[in-house]
Amino acid sequence: MGSLFAFTLLGLFTGAAYAIMASGLVLTYTTTRVFNIAHGAFGMVLAYTFWDFTQRQGLPTLLSLLLVLGVVAPAIGWFVQRFVTRGLGEGPVSVALVVTVGLLVGLIGLAQQIWPPEPRVLLPFYPETGWQMGDTYITAHHLITILCSIVVAGGLYVLLNRTRIGTAMRASVDNPELLKLFGGKPDTVAALSWAVGMSLAALGGILLTPVVNLDYYALTLLVINAYAAAMLGRLKSLPLTFAGAMTLGILESWAVAYLPTDGFWSTVRPVIPALFLFAIVVAMPQAQLRIGQVKGIVAAPVPGLGKSVGWGAALLLFALLVINVAAPNQVLLIGTAATYAMVMLSLVLLTGYGGHVSLAQFTFAGVGALAYAKLDEPNLLGLALSALIAAGVGALVALPVLRLTGLYLALSTMAFAVLMDKMIFQAEFAFKFNGTLQTERLSVLGFQIAEDTSYVWFMVLAFVLLALLVLVLRRGALGRLLIAMRDSPSACGTLGLDMRWFRVGLFALSAGIAGLAGGLFAGLRGSVGAADFLYFQSLLVLLLAVVFGVTSVTGALLGGTALMLLPEWQASAPELAGLLFAILGFGAVLLGRDPNGLANHMFKGSRWGWARLAPSFDEKLGALLPRGIRRPRAGLDENDRYDEDKLVPIADPADVETTMVIKGVR
Amino acid sequence: MSVPILEVVDLHAAYGRIEVLRGVDLAVPKGAVMALLGPNGAGKSTLVKVISGQKEQTSGDIHLAGVNVRHRRSDELARVGLCTIPEGRSVFPNLTVQENLTLMSYAGVPTPAILDTAFGYFPRLHERRHQLAGTLSGGEQQMLAMSRALASDPALLLLDELSMGLAPLIVDELYDTVARIAQSGVSILCIEQFARTALRVSDYAAVMSGGRIVASGEPGEILDTMADVILGGAA
Amino acid sequence: MALLDVDDVVVRFGGVTAVNEASFTADSGLITGLIGPNGAGKTTCFNVITGLQKPTRGKVTYRGRNINHWPVHKRAGHGIGRTFQRLEAFGSLTVRDNVRVAHDIHGGVLSWLRPSAANVDALLDRVGIAEYAGERADSIPTGTARLLELARCLASDPKLLLLDEPSSGLDEAETDAFGELLKDLAGEGCAVLMVEHDMDLVMSVCDEIHVLDFGQIIASGQPAGVRADPRVQRAYLGYSETDGDTAVIEPVTGQVAATGGQHRAEVPS
Repeated sequence: MGSLFAFTLLGLFTGAAYAIMASGLVLTYTTTRVFNIAHGAFGMVLAYTFWDFTQRQGLPTLLSLLLVLGVVAPAIGWFVQRFVTRGLGEGPVSVALVVTVGLLVGLIGLAQQIWPPEPRVLLPFYPETGWQMGDTYITAHHLITILCSIVVAGGLYVLLNRTRIGTAMRASVDNPELLKLFGGKPDTVAALSWAVGMSLAALGGILLTPVVNLDYYALTLLVINAYAAAMLGRLKSLPLTFAGAMTLGILESWAVAYLPTDGFWSTVRPVIPALFLFAIVVAMPQAQLRIGQVKGIVAAPVPGLGKSVGWGAALLLFALLVINVAAPNQVLLIGTAATYAMVMLSLVLLTGYGGHVSLAQFTFAGVGALAYAKLDEPNLLGLALSALIAAGVGALVALPVLRLTGLYLALSTMAFAVLMDKMIFQAEFAFKFNGTLQTERLSVLGFQIAEDTSYVWFMVLAFVLLALLVLVLRRGALGRLLIAMRDSPSACGTLGLDMRWFRVGLFALSAGIAGLAGGLFAGLRGSVGAADFLYFQSLLVLLLAVVFGVTSVTGALLGGTALMLLPEWQASAPELAGLLFAILGFGAVLLGRDPNGLANHMFKGSRWGWARLAPSFDEKLGALLPRGIRRPRAGLDENDRYDEDKLVPIADPADVETTMVIKGVR
Repeated sequence: MSVPILEVVDLHAAYGRIEVLRGVDLAVPKGAVMALLGPNGAGKSTLVKVISGQKEQTSGDIHLAGVNVRHRRSDELARVGLCTIPEGRSVFPNLTVQENLTLMSYAGVPTPAILDTAFGYFPRLHERRHQLAGTLSGGEQQMLAMSRALASDPALLLLDELSMGLAPLIVDELYDTVARIAQSGVSILCIEQFARTALRVSDYAAVMSGGRIVASGEPGEILDTMADVILGGAA
Repeated sequence: MALLDVDDVVVRFGGVTAVNEASFTADSGLITGLIGPNGAGKTTCFNVITGLQKPTRGKVTYRGRNINHWPVHKRAGHGIGRTFQRLEAFGSLTVRDNVRVAHDIHGGVLSWLRPSAANVDALLDRVGIAEYAGERADSIPTGTARLLELARCLASDPKLLLLDEPSSGLDEAETDAFGELLKDLAGEGCAVLMVEHDMDLVMSVCDEIHVLDFGQIIASGQPAGVRADPRVQRAYLGYSETDGDTAVIEPVTGQVAATGGQHRAEVPS
């Protein structure tokens, strides 16, 4: 039994570090309603900072620790609250998620830029010291970590229950407006909680670094562990968060001890947090419909069917032209861009119209690719089946969170993406560890589309058809329902809509579209592997979709092209690879508040230009046409009309307030 | 006459395109209690929100003791002596009674003094000081809210629908407290949908309807007008 | 048996009792008014009936069946429709599309194939907002938005219509037209239950009135009787010093001492 004791103790050590990290997450979430997906990423950057202070600058350990925890982390926390996340808590969950995902990607890029990849070692505290207890060796670092978690727990208790500012923190959870009437300052309170939360992220990161190594991604992913722990306390209760963290740590430690070290079971350990998370989510009670929610969003205009078909045909012609003049390797790149663009189309449906965020959209493409390769039926039926399988998996992901709200759905998708990435895709029955699967090009009605050029053009055609499908859905009953659900779930409920199944259906449809893209991608490549579908790619897909406009198919097209170009630019200037990520991430932070993105600004620009040119053009046209068949100006149809003058970005506070208050007036 | 403690001049405010205040003019003399009455949707609560700095006006001015307070945030106003008890239960339900009282010290009075005042007036709160405010009865919650007005010694007290959802006797009790606060020299603007209780303690009264002040005068005159406005001539 | 029977419903939020042993009914062909001062628990009653709020105690019977455990959408599917006091129009859709959504939900997936425009426009016309059909729902005046909620609700063909302050924001002429519309709806066999502050409207259209005050039904009956009831006058205009029948708290030299166990019973352990 000695080893059980030993492993439990080791588990307590990791659990303690998770607890420190998770309590920071809970603190910022409860006081500001912004779930910081980048919490782990901040821990990562601050652990690198600590390494920099101790190893590169050669400062004493204790001084570095004090500097990081007492100066750098709180300063970052204050800055982020003040300039990035302020006011996000009152808006739609999707916006806050996108902004913090942007932070995550930006921070990874920043870290790569400042500290380029090279082996770095961060030693545990007092590496020489340790004690033998029976057959267990406890290092000073373990002990320090556990002590730290106790100090943190005690400190938070005193802060929240024994000080006025701490009491104000809890008060601002209840009602920040009332706190102002009391004379308190919710902004100061929020800044403090972000400062403290950031210090806790840093402490957790620094304590865990000797275990998980100084790595951009591993430390960033700790947010899932923290989130899983915090879920036990429903993102509210700190004591339960501590309990969750300890349980998680011990489970992981036991998994190391008692699960076989080879085969399928060896892959379970890294995904224990994700599994733990799903288990808790399934057990959560039904979320109540809330009334008085604030919605009403100005979206990019939806073009009429004729206009869409025209643009689609133009795109196909343009693609034909480009494919035939481009170099062979560039043709393949166009195929990749089409894949990304199709995956982003699935996000247009899910996020742009439906208001739900998925952090696993590219993983669904991976599912489609895997199914396509495994089915080995390179024809339309096989492709359709792949899409259906991806749709089924999408439904499975949405099912456990059926009864919960947007934030939980999004976070579950992230856990799912990691689960697939670390476990399923690498399994024997899938791509295998570091392996690839051979795939064949698609055959349509018996003809194989073997040529690169024709296959890529076929992919562009698939994009155009999917885009038309999305637009037709948007203009029809389904689209109206999606918008209605986003605007007021309670009204939909009281009109008789069972939103739970509707949401699962939507999620499945969106996953199916991504799966279709994945299947086509597999055919394009000829061989696909787990490395093609890393979870991180899903985050990039989301960010670029939002930056270029997740409410329009044009945005998806532009975003897909940009995502294809991104690694090309990075390859052409490796020294700037991190910087590009940072620009993309922080760009999304800036643009994330307006989901209509750059595409919408383009539309506005072109309308403005058209408005300048059109009158004279129309006059000339009018002179040529006989009376009576003069067409209405500018050819905008009924659905465009209301978007025209009021096209204001959602971030405009006045506009948000309008919609807010229409609901508030009695 | 000296400078009124509150003077509202041609105040307009809107939610989006919907104008809710359409030129409100109102003055509360220093040391007076004014009741502001009116039916649902008249704009009373919006007026409170604008005066207390929770909402920006579209035009018009508000002077507190002669000082124009345009663009002042609600927490600033709270710290210089404007005490607002908003509509509904204005306590933090997940904090204990004592913690609620502790937070009242942001208005500038030290915590021990607040506890003394509150527990002196309402011994029941002392009994329940470690209980979560959300688990108190409606009347007790309103006593807790009133403690802020009692303890912080404000220059102007804004009361929004103090009686909402409370039994008449509790309301009466709360208005006794209002009267006592008034006696200590605090100016009070007290908003009520239904009239008699509020008129009992007030020196002046005004009636609001459709975003404007439609009548003002002595409490006695106003009561007759009120029956018409509220029960539609039916009473 | 009445179409809707609310029986002994209690709703507590923490220590506050929002609805206290309320019992009332609403029946087909009748317009029933639910009135009372702000905060009396009227909207909470609506939330209980539509399933947005679980009652602490008591049951709601609809067409003879206990529906306490029915989810929101199931109740709606069986003909319980409502409007909201704090508007819940779909702000980013046009007025016409708002009603189409209700139509689509009510008709099920197959109905999406049939054109619905004529029905929808007829409904808009019926409530009198046809001129706003193409406007975005978050840009129309409050009164219009309330009528829109009514039209949306009617699109799902309700047997029981719950209207939460439907006339606020309407001018006099509009209110009169609205009253006529309500009478028509009741004449067609719909049960209308209405929370309303405009007493002229309530007194002129309602067949029966329940008065709610601090969560309790304090009076029920025909408009004339309710109007004359001194308890109602007191609830609305405050009370005169001589009445002391509902003593909960005894004033003791400016201090407050509540009747012993009663409040403690409200505190969840």
